[in-house]
Amino acid sequence: MIELRDVAYSYGGGELFSGLSLSLAPGSFHFLTGPSGAGKTTLLKLCYGDLVPTSGAVALWGEDTTGMARDGLALNRRRIGVVHQDCQFLDHLPLTDNVALPLTVAGRHQEAEAYLPDLLAWVGLTRHAKRRPPELSGGERQRAALARAVIMSPEVIIADEPTGNVDWDMSQRLLALLVELNRMGKAVLIATHDMNLIRSAKAQVAVRTLRLKDRQLIAAGAEL
Amino acid sequence: MKRAAWQALSFLAGDVQADRTVPPTGFTARLTLFTAAAMALLTVFALALSLATGRLAARWGEELAQTSTLRISAPAEQLAAQTAAALDVLRTTPGIARARALTEEEEQALLTPWFGPDLPLDALPIPQLIEIEEEGDGYDATGLRARLQAEVPGAVLDDHTRWREPLVAAAGRLRALGALAILLIGASTAAMITLAAQSALSANAQVIRVLRLVGARDAYITRAFVRRFTLRALTGAAAGTLAGGVLLALLPGAARGTDSFLTGIGLAGADWLWLLPIPPLAAAVAFAATRMAARRMLERQS
Ligand SMILES: Nc1ncnc2c1ncn2[C@@H]1O[C@H](COP(=O)(O)OP(=O)(O)O)[C@@H](O)[C@H]1O
Ligand SMILES: [Mg+2]
Repeated sequence: MIELRDVAYSYGGGELFSGLSLSLAPGSFHFLTGPSGAGKTTLLKLCYGDLVPTSGAVALWGEDTTGMARDGLALNRRRIGVVHQDCQFLDHLPLTDNVALPLTVAGRHQEAEAYLPDLLAWVGLTRHAKRRPPELSGGERQRAALARAVIMSPEVIIADEPTGNVDWDMSQRLLALLVELNRMGKAVLIATHDMNLIRSAKAQVAVRTLRLKDRQLIAAGAEL
Repeated sequence: MKRAAWQALSFLAGDVQADRTVPPTGFTARLTLFTAAAMALLTVFALALSLATGRLAARWGEELAQTSTLRISAPAEQLAAQTAAALDVLRTTPGIARARALTEEEEQALLTPWFGPDLPLDALPIPQLIEIEEEGDGYDATGLRARLQAEVPGAVLDDHTRWREPLVAAAGRLRALGALAILLIGASTAAMITLAAQSALSANAQVIRVLRLVGARDAYITRAFVRRFTLRALTGAAAGTLAGGVLLALLPGAARGTDSFLTGIGLAGADWLWLLPIPPLAAAVAFAATRMAARRMLERQS
């Protein structure tokens, strides 16, 4: 579904990484780790077409993101649920509208009512449904971002440090949601520093852990 | 046509949910409303000016083209003979329907406003006036002058064209100026709304980024902005047109339809219908300007 072949990326200075290949197949579950600044967020952005590689190719469902028309990219993004590191909400709208936004822009807002109550309950935000994002804590925003990422029932879920600001119990709950979606056949890719999260995931599903270090993507060793 | 109208209506009615995705933009909203209202008001006046001058040009042209005057100045003993000769010439000139020598009473009446009623007409060498009514396309003035010079040396043909032409031309130019003003107003409106839309778009760059990240297509984002600006332009222009219409109706003398140019700048009867297209045209200008600005912005952001 998402395919990176021999990808390199540079913001203008030196190359952040190069010769990187990765394939997200249905039902796969990947963790991406690495030191801060290694390029995890950049790699995820390449996966949902927010950036295009400086060399190599990224293909979404067989179509190259380099030179992809904006509308084509938009349609592909509806199949990928993303939890952004900085959440990316519309601050003037209440939480419910933010969570339902992918449905709204796809012209399917009327379907939101069917999913919203369960989804908000799952991430523990039912009480805050009418609040606007700036009125929420960092952890609450991350939970809302996860709810938004899955509301379209996407084929791929990409999350950038989704448990960075939430406590242990909540991180287990979010993980349980992702594991459940993975069991339904969705591909999951999570960038995280949280080794405990990776360990609990391993206890539930087959997980591949990748490490971004020294400009290379390597399979993480047995230390996990 | 019906389909286009339906599309325009459903576009204006919009989708409440889609509308809320772009936050309200107070400043650009007010700017657009004000611009559209002011420009519509100016358009109403430019239109009234254009229509009034057009009307005047037509009337002057028509009235003056239909009549001319022959003036015969001769020693008293030759006056009657020359008048008769002139009438003969005129009667045989193609394009002249009727020619009639004014009676003494009529000439007196013409002169009274200038010299008072006690003018002793007999004692003065008053020229004889012959009123000519034209028919069809009128007569050949040059040819008639040549014939008159040979047969009636004291005759001077005043066919009014000498002063009619510049007047009609001036009215025509005023009318063209009115049309030019309307075009300029339209262009300025487009420019102002483009600026307002650009400002709203850059103020909402982050909103646009979020919309694109969750899979919004260009058309969705563009529509959210375009709809707003179109509605504002429509509302503003409707208010401006209404205000302009009321002011025109209140102009002194407009309703009485007097001849004077200044009191003639009103709208009469069916002329009022010309005001109806102003708000939809302003909306169309806003639609096109905002859509272009939004598309350029999306092009640059990707
Ligand atoms: N827009 C940008 N322009 C220039 N440099 C950037 C930009 N975004 C990130 N970087 C740099 O690229 C490197 C990798 O960033 P990032 O992908 O966010 O790493 P990580 O998510 O692993 O912490 C960092 O050194 C960061 O400073
Ligand atoms: Mg990061």
